[in-house]
Amino acid sequence: MFPAPFDYHRPGSVDEALALLTRYGADARVLAGGQSLIPAMRFRLARPAVLVDINALSELSYLREVDGMLAIGAMTRDAALETSALITSKYPLLADTSALVADPVVRQSGTVVGSLCHNDPAGDWGVTALAGRAQIVIRGATGTRTVTIDDFLVDSFTTAVGDGELALEVRFPTPPPRTAGSYQKIERKVGDFATAAAAARITLDANGAIADAGIAIGAAGPHALRVRDAELLLNGAKPTKELIRAAGDAARKLADPAADNRGSVEYKKDMAGVLVARGLIAALARLGVEGLR
Amino acid sequence: MKISVTVNGTLYEREVEPRTLLVYFLREALGLTGTHVGCDTSSCGVCVVVLDGDRAVKSCTMFAAMADGHDITTVEGLVQGGKLHPLQQAFWDCHGLQCGYCTPGMLMTSYALLKHQPNPDEPAIREALAGNLCRCTGYQNIVKAVQQAAAETNAPAPEPVAT
Repeated sequence: MFPAPFDYHRPGSVDEALALLTRYGADARVLAGGQSLIPAMRFRLARPAVLVDINALSELSYLREVDGMLAIGAMTRDAALETSALITSKYPLLADTSALVADPVVRQSGTVVGSLCHNDPAGDWGVTALAGRAQIVIRGATGTRTVTIDDFLVDSFTTAVGDGELALEVRFPTPPPRTAGSYQKIERKVGDFATAAAAARITLDANGAIADAGIAIGAAGPHALRVRDAELLLNGAKPTKELIRAAGDAARKLADPAADNRGSVEYKKDMAGVLVARGLIAALARLGVEGLR
Repeated sequence: MKISVTVNGTLYEREVEPRTLLVYFLREALGLTGTHVGCDTSSCGVCVVVLDGDRAVKSCTMFAAMADGHDITTVEGLVQGGKLHPLQQAFWDCHGLQCGYCTPGMLMTSYALLKHQPNPDEPAIREALAGNLCRCTGYQNIVKAVQQAAAETNAPAPEPVAT
């Protein structure tokens, strides 16, 4: 099906984009990679009257470390992360995620920030952003603000980005020493929405105990969910098989998935727990802690 | 709105509705029907074309308006001087197609892959083609064809034969 008619604008600067978004308010949607928005428009799930295409804003395409954070610009495509030595060497959680988003052709167009702004319940980047304690930089006519990912993910397909605003970049804290993460996903085939997904991030202290943990699950609620009960169990504890099982159980308890042809509620809840455990085991293995399987 | 798009080296200026999808622009406005429509929902990859020389895109999930000022290569652009592109020749030699419906997308995805990785190993080829569906071949001969094309493209020019 063809999308409903709309007016198309391609601004040449961020200021011009903001002026258009301010002028059209709730009638406008930002078009970046288009890999979620265009299918949604084709199914008439979205009918924006105005599209503001930011693809010409090459100044928003970057991966750079600034003040202890990795900044990913609004036009940075998934494929850029897959092939970045910075990402593969220092941000394994992000490298894992970028390799599992949709399929390799879609990743040559789709953007990280666009995926976060779409906030699909089964989207990949919300899960990783929660576990990685990301922040989103949002600019509007009156200024720039930074919101935590927890506050950014409001509801299915709804974020903290307001009318007239543009999400400029997502920032991930640079992992301190003895930190690793892992992203895990079950999908029926490459490119399908996740049946279940989980992200785990672990920092160990000098004694081998967990100093800081970030755990999140996807396709298990209205949007990606942070598993706080698992984080509380993990923080300060020595990694053991029993601890990992308990963290998985906390995810099983929190998960509130919908049954569909990918699986039953019972199955998806169980897989949330299995993937949290697998993510923890993989992250710890990256830190040289083995024997927890 | 008016757009200017270079397709296979030729500049086309056309009036389009903003909601016109690139694949329908190519097929219906330009008559370039080598690019196929399959699932029409960005799942199958038969509509892949190459944007600006090295980026594979599913043309059912891009507006023609987004291609304004850009360069598109379709399967019709692979033949040079009446000679099949090494990828096309390799698909022929290796029986990399049966019904042929997925072939334009397979060729263009592989074309972009070889621009980024001139010498991909078998897992890299399988990974790159994971967003392109084929219901006939079982993929084996497609992978072989891309391997052959990569080997040929990378082979040094033959030494002149001494007489």
